Amino acid sequence: MYKYDEFDSRLVTERAEQFRRQVKRRLSGELSEDQFKPLRLMNGLYLQLHAYMLRVNVPYGMLSSTQMRKLAHIARKYDRGYGHFTTRQNIQYNWIQLEQVPDLLAELAQVEMHAIQSSGNCIRNVTSDQYAGVAADELEDPRVWCEIIRQWSTLHPEFSFLPRKFKIAVTGSPNDRAAVQVHDIGLRMHRNDDGQAGFEVIVGGGQGRTPHIGKTIREWLEPEHLLSYLEAILRVYNQDGRRDNMYKSRIKILVHEIGADTFRELVETEWAELRDSELRLPQSEIDRISACFAPPDYPRRADAKTLLDSQAAARPDFAAWLHSNIAEHKVPGYAIVNISLKSLAAPPGDMTAKQMVAAADLADEYGFGELRVNHRQNLVLPDVPQEQLLELWQKLNTHGLGTANIGHVSDIVACPGLDYCSLANARSIPIAQEINARFQDLDRVHDIGELSINISGCMNACGHHHVGNIGILGVDKKGKEYYQFTLGGSSGRDAALGERTGRGFPAAEAVDAVESIIATYLRLRASDERFVDTYRRVGMEPFQEALYGAA
Amino acid sequence: MALLKDGLAAADPYMDVSGAEAPDFSGAVIISLPQWHKHKAALSGRADPLGIVLASDEKPALIKDDLEHFSVIVLQFPTFRDGRAYSHARLLRDRYGYTGELRATGEILLEQLHYMQRVGFNSFSIDSPNAVRDWEIAGADLSVWYQPASDQRATATLLRHKTVQD
Repeated sequence: MYKYDEFDSRLVTERAEQFRRQVKRRLSGELSEDQFKPLRLMNGLYLQLHAYMLRVNVPYGMLSSTQMRKLAHIARKYDRGYGHFTTRQNIQYNWIQLEQVPDLLAELAQVEMHAIQSSGNCIRNVTSDQYAGVAADELEDPRVWCEIIRQWSTLHPEFSFLPRKFKIAVTGSPNDRAAVQVHDIGLRMHRNDDGQAGFEVIVGGGQGRTPHIGKTIREWLEPEHLLSYLEAILRVYNQDGRRDNMYKSRIKILVHEIGADTFRELVETEWAELRDSELRLPQSEIDRISACFAPPDYPRRADAKTLLDSQAAARPDFAAWLHSNIAEHKVPGYAIVNISLKSLAAPPGDMTAKQMVAAADLADEYGFGELRVNHRQNLVLPDVPQEQLLELWQKLNTHGLGTANIGHVSDIVACPGLDYCSLANARSIPIAQEINARFQDLDRVHDIGELSINISGCMNACGHHHVGNIGILGVDKKGKEYYQFTLGGSSGRDAALGERTGRGFPAAEAVDAVESIIATYLRLRASDERFVDTYRRVGMEPFQEALYGAA
Repeated sequence: MALLKDGLAAADPYMDVSGAEAPDFSGAVIISLPQWHKHKAALSGRADPLGIVLASDEKPALIKDDLEHFSVIVLQFPTFRDGRAYSHARLLRDRYGYTGELRATGEILLEQLHYMQRVGFNSFSIDSPNAVRDWEIAGADLSVWYQPASDQRATATLLRHKTVQD
């Protein structure tokens, strides 16, 4: 993974010290809360319902075991012994004391981490494929470009006060696991006719109140021009994006209002001036960063499929876990392991300090000391020898980390909702937990097959309900929590926004509604068709009939 | 309101008449874009220094052919959140080649001085009891710059590969 050099280290250390001085000015009363607010937001510190919340960046979801242990230490020392992994591959701590934040940031800096730009109207943490560098289907390693973008966007003097927040995602695989079509900028790596790798540039995707699938404004961009092209997009957006209404300030509204063709012309005109500037990436810098992501020296191993089959035959639970939680590795004899943070024991994405340490230890024992966070709030161990999977699974189970539900009905994405968030209209976590409780029978979960449920506690859509196969949106109806359903959403290569079923359901009926939707799917599906494919084939009507009775 | 120019407290030689209904253009004045459009012929040949103020929704392309007439260009920040003038400053410096005084005015946070300086501002009209101290604090916090901007600071990328070559 990327290793900080003297420049990177100096920057995060100086930044932490700068924040220490800012906190001091706040505590002495020199700064009012109003004046302090933009400064703390630049460092990922929110004031929530009960306490300060700190969001720490996990750049493109990559963590070393050392960093994970530090996150555990921070959970113990500065929080209540746990942390919450987010849909943007970051971690949030919900019970933070303002006066301790400078020390916390200084500790993060020691392990090459920071909270810079994890909030505010600026370029946020760049996100990527959680299987980057190890996926069997990968064309190019997106992490090299993520790191280049991370550095370019950090404390960018021109783009730190944008109309609204700005999110960039990169995928290097044709099977998009980074949801690039629902980001402000999505970059999809592919090869041109000459076999050279470059970027398809997609802009104006997004969720929130007005969801949009992004538009491709350039089919192929040479990698050396990546930063000048991004700078051109951002410069157009910074000047022309709406600033009169915060709900219309994202780039998706600008692209939608002026049209993708006009937007493209503006960007290309700006880019013509920038492309041969200092932003053009020198090969030496691309090489320096690429070297950090060179594959580790994998000891040669034979494919262990026969062994796994016999182990699985004797242990149905292990077979289920292999089926849902393992992805194909590019190197023979190795597997990518997903660790589910969706057990019944805790809210989606939550992890105790003890579990974090356990995961870090397992990353060292069954890999090269690396972990990943994915955008569905789970973790990944990227390099596990196939023949050690059984052993690893048994150890994961002793820590409550062996839940066999990745990509299935109980692998629910949920925002913090009304339990924590000051924007929420309804609770998300209890609904997620009730659904999870209803689907505890593993055979049933696996029979239902691939299915994503996403829950947001308000229309800001932090739980990404628009792109859940089943999306659930909490709304406030005369002081009571109601839940509206959307069906057919997807964030992959076949990205789509879900469609509303109709009127919402009170909290007490929400889980029954999920049951009804799933029963309808099971009744109508053709052989091993996925939920989303059945929905696309049969349409909304049978689901509405099941939910609301015949029209 | 204090004026900080090139890191030092300075007296403001200009009279801002941009909001005046019946402006008196004699002496060193700062005018608005509509005033410039209306009185361009009369103001073009004068000997006294002339400045212009642009609102955050007035793009500098509107004056790119007139830059020789202005000895100061003032860009407004109506709130600290309105970041359009950062791009406008860069365009004036990098694209249109403006080399005169570039002044920021409006709601400016101490922490923004550093960003403003990087995008090409060299003077600031600040509502602060101790602008020079603010400037010194803001300038001393950070010493690493990842991205090229309109100042002459060497980026981390440049320094990294320079070191390798040396």
